Amino acid sequence: MIEMKNVHKTFGTNAVLRGIDLSVAKGSSLVIIGGSGTGKSVTIKCILGLIEPDSGQILVDGKDASIGDRDAFLARFGMLFQGAALFDSLPVWQNVAFRLLRGSLKRPRAEAREIAIEKLRRVGLTPDVADRLPAELSGGMQKRVGLARAIAADPEIIFFDEPTAGLDPIMAGVINDLIREIVVEMGATAMTITHDMNSVRAIADNVAMLHDGVIKWNGPVTDLDTTEDPYLHQFITGSATGPIAAIR
Amino acid sequence: MTPLIAALATLGRVALAFFASVGRVALFAASTISHAFRPPFYARELANALFHVGWLSLPVVGLTAVFTGGALALQIYAGGARFNAEAVVPQIVAIGMVRELGPVLVGLMIAARVTSSIAAEIATMKVTEQIDALVTLSTHPMKYLVVPRVLAALLVVPLLVGVGDIIGIMGGYAVATGTLGFNAAAYLKNTADFLQLADILSSLAKGAAFGFIAALMGCYFGMQSGRGAQGVGRATKGSVEAAAVLILAANFLLTGVFFSL
Ligand SMILES: Nc1ncnc2c1ncn2[C@@H]1O[C@H](COP(=O)(O)OP(=O)(O)OP(=O)(O)O)[C@@H](O)[C@H]1O
Ligand SMILES: [Mg+2]
Repeated sequence: MIEMKNVHKTFGTNAVLRGIDLSVAKGSSLVIIGGSGTGKSVTIKCILGLIEPDSGQILVDGKDASIGDRDAFLARFGMLFQGAALFDSLPVWQNVAFRLLRGSLKRPRAEAREIAIEKLRRVGLTPDVADRLPAELSGGMQKRVGLARAIAADPEIIFFDEPTAGLDPIMAGVINDLIREIVVEMGATAMTITHDMNSVRAIADNVAMLHDGVIKWNGPVTDLDTTEDPYLHQFITGSATGPIAAIR
Repeated sequence: MTPLIAALATLGRVALAFFASVGRVALFAASTISHAFRPPFYARELANALFHVGWLSLPVVGLTAVFTGGALALQIYAGGARFNAEAVVPQIVAIGMVRELGPVLVGLMIAARVTSSIAAEIATMKVTEQIDALVTLSTHPMKYLVVPRVLAALLVVPLLVGVGDIIGIMGGYAVATGTLGFNAAAYLKNTADFLQLADILSSLAKGAAFGFIAALMGCYFGMQSGRGAQGVGRATKGSVEAAAVLILAANFLLTGVFFSL
């Protein structure tokens, strides 16, 4: 269970988050949508503590996320960064198995490698990429390696920042199924940012729309098409006219 | 505002900014040291850093030292000839290389080679969110990135300085015996008789200090890097400038300390 209460964050004069209230039930899948630059990535980074909010509260299972043992806290999370953020000095398999090679989840190298190759297979990559360096992969392949790294240690809570951006439709479908599977079969809590409405429908239990620094709309994915909300409606139909300005 | 007050205000701002950065660097150094003593320790990272800072720096250190030692021998021979003191070449080359030129030049070469690469690497990691990714993978960037590099430089730069000292003396020896007509055995004996243990220890101690400064500056500027390619460029440039200046300043201080002992 993740709760954000009245979270604010300003960079210089740019007030990005202006009172985010959001909650994600354990074992459910929330998709955050919203225009480019509205603060979706910042929201996720606040939960992980990578960005410190100016005010407001973030609770994970009822406990304040900013206090207590950081390592134990972060060990429960997996995160796919928007830009994949692979370690470019390490081969692909060591990226995927990073957590399994050190720290509290450490296991023998051979076993870690096997797990890494299995996770790579789940994101549609063949074992021969395991020994390549991230820079030798295409953008979409790097993204999938990032996804494999995020799920490598079977985390309870997973954040995906645009998991299907830059992927072909078939591979996007594979990734959507994978995320759904992780939530349904492993009971993980997932928060996904995406601009891809097919993904939203495939992944989400609930949808939250971020606009102007607040959650403008929040509801089950089944309400997506019946909603009267003009912001959400414009976003879903991709119309240039409506309450959301096209230049921002 | 009168020009005088404006000038004073500018001076004040510059001074404040200066002391603020000194404070940040000092805190960064303190944090590095405290992380170095608390687990987890990343042995593989340390080994990697030792290889990159130490082994791969050998060629540039060797070349710098051999040319410097050779040039030093020529200069001292020419300068000594003005007052019939050509014979001091072995002694002056030895003391000049070991006490001063060896540590300083190796330190500066390390600043050029190691500081810049550490700063660029860490800054790029910062800009591409790899540092954030490390954090989310429960790995502390200070422990995983900074401590191994600083520790490696602290351990291995004194060795590089020792190698540089020896190669520099051999450069002087080659020039002196090859072109200046010195007797080979006498040259080596003069060098060995003249050098004292304190000279060698001060050389190695300077090496440790310069290694620490070089790696610390690379890490500090890398971690402080701004965004984008420009941020990486600035971090790299700033790290080398700061490391070079601090190495020369530390050299002056340490020389003063060793003199007064
Ligand atoms: N570290 C930072 N320093 C300063 N400003 C930042 C920082 N991170 C994000 N911002 C600003 O916060 C705003 C929101 O950024 P964010 O990355 O969350 O957008 P987003 O909703 O994820 O957009 P996109 O869909 O394009 O990824 C942007 O205006 C961005 O410039
Ligand atoms: Mg984003």
